[in-house]
Amino acid sequence: MEPALASFLQEQIVPKFNYWVYVVLMMIGLYAMIAKNNLIKKLIGMSIFQTAIILFYVSVGAKDGAGIPILDHHTYEHALEHPGDEHIDRDGYANPLPHVLMLTAIVVGVSTLGLALAIAQRIFTSFGSIEEDEILEKLQPGGHD
Amino acid sequence: MKLFGLIAVIIVGALLLSATGDFPDFGDPQSPASASPLSTHYIEGSVYETKVPNLVTAVLADYRGFDTMFETVVIFVAGIGIIAVLRAFGTPAAELPEGGGEEGDDDLIIRTTCNLVFPVIQVFALYVVAHGHHSPGGGFQGGVMLGASYILLALSCGLPAAKRRLGERQTIVLAAIGVIVFAGWGVACVLFGGNFLDYAALDPIIPGDVQMARSHSMLGVEIGVAFTVTAIMFVIYANLSTRGRLRDGL
Amino acid sequence: MIWQFDIIILIFMVVTAVIALRVKDLLAASMVFGIYSFLICLLWAEMGAVDVAFTEATVGAGVSTVIMVATVFSTRRRSKD
Repeated sequence: MEPALASFLQEQIVPKFNYWVYVVLMMIGLYAMIAKNNLIKKLIGMSIFQTAIILFYVSVGAKDGAGIPILDHHTYEHALEHPGDEHIDRDGYANPLPHVLMLTAIVVGVSTLGLALAIAQRIFTSFGSIEEDEILEKLQPGGHD
Repeated sequence: MKLFGLIAVIIVGALLLSATGDFPDFGDPQSPASASPLSTHYIEGSVYETKVPNLVTAVLADYRGFDTMFETVVIFVAGIGIIAVLRAFGTPAAELPEGGGEEGDDDLIIRTTCNLVFPVIQVFALYVVAHGHHSPGGGFQGGVMLGASYILLALSCGLPAAKRRLGERQTIVLAAIGVIVFAGWGVACVLFGGNFLDYAALDPIIPGDVQMARSHSMLGVEIGVAFTVTAIMFVIYANLSTRGRLRDGL
Repeated sequence: MIWQFDIIILIFMVVTAVIALRVKDLLAASMVFGIYSFLICLLWAEMGAVDVAFTEATVGAGVSTVIMVATVFSTRRRSKD
C-alpha cells in the first residue's frame, strides 16, 4: 500500500469508520422497516437496526490497545492478596458497561423477535398472506372476507 | 411508500452522519464514555468489592442487578406472549395429544449423532453458567445454550422426544422459577436488612466474607436467569415451529 | 484491536445486510441473516467484547436463525420484494 494512502486511511477513515457503518446499517434497517412489503423482511430489517445500535454502543466502549474486560490471572491474584492496593490499569481493559447493556439487549431482542414472528404467523393464519398490500386489501370494507 | 421511505432514510442518515464528526475517535481511551468515573470504578474497584475477575459479570449481576432482573422479566413476558398469540385456546385438551405424532422417521446417523452431542452441549452449558465469574459466559449465554440443546433434540428426533424431557408445563414452571429465584434473592437481601439486591446484606448466611457473599449471590441470580432463558428459548422454538399446536413440527 | 480486520468485517456486514434484504427467497434471506449475525459476532470478539460475542454466537447465529426458518416453513417461502 502507498504510504500516503496508508496514512490517509489511518488518520481519516479508521477513527470514524465504525460510526459511519453504524449509520449505514441503521439506515438499511430503517428503510427495510418502512418500505419492504413482506413482514419477515421487515423483521430482518428490525434486527439489523438493533444490531446497528449495539454496534454503536460497543464501539463507544472500545479502547485501543485494551484487552478483554476480564482481569488476567496475576492481577487478580495480586488484588486478592493486597486489598486496598488499587493498581489496576484502567486503559488495559475495555469498558465493561456498554457490554453489559448490550448483552442483555441481545437476549431480549431474540425474545421480542420470537414474539414478532409469532404475530406474523398469526397474521398468516388469519389472512393467508404475509405481504402487507394483500393484508391491507383484505382489511378494506369492500374486500372479501 | 418506497419513495417516502427513501426520503426519510436520507434525511435521518444525513443528520446522523453529520453528527459522527462530533464523536470521539474510535478506540480513544480518553473518550467520555470510557473515562467516566462510573466505568473507571467498575474496572478498578469491582474486584476489591466482589472478588470477581470478569468485570462484565460483576456489573451485570451485582451493580446493575435491577436492570438484569427486569430484562429477565421481559424475556418471561415475551414467552408468555408467544403462547398467548399462537395457542388455539378453547380446544379440548384431548385433541392436543401429549407426545403424539410419529417419531423416528429421520435419518439414523443424525439421530445417533445428536443423541451423542446432546449431553455434551448440556454439560458445557452448565459449565458456562457456573464459570461465568472467571471466563466469558454467565446465565444468559449458558441458558441459551441449554435451550439450544433441547432445540437440537427437537430438530433431530422430533418435538415429542424433546417434550418428554422438558414438557410444556415444566417449561412454564421453570421460567417462573427463574424469575422467582432472582426476585427472591433481592427480597432475601431486604429481609436481612439491606436494600433490594444489595448482596452484601446476605453476609451472615453465606460462607466467606462480604465480597464472597456478593460473588456467590451473583452465581445464584445467574442460575435464575439461566432457568428462565432456557425455558423461554425452548418455548419460542416449540411454538413457532408448530404454529402453537406443539405437534407435527419441523 | 486490529483495524484492518475491523474494516473488512464491517464491509462484509453491510454486504450481507443488503443481500438479506434484496433476496426474494425468504429461506435464503434467513440464512444470510445468520451469516450476518456470525460476522457481527466476529467483530465483537475482535473489539474485545467477548461476552457480547458469546451471546451473539449462541443467540443471533443459533436460535434466531432457527426460529426464522421455522416461521418461513409455516408461512410462505416466496417474497414479493
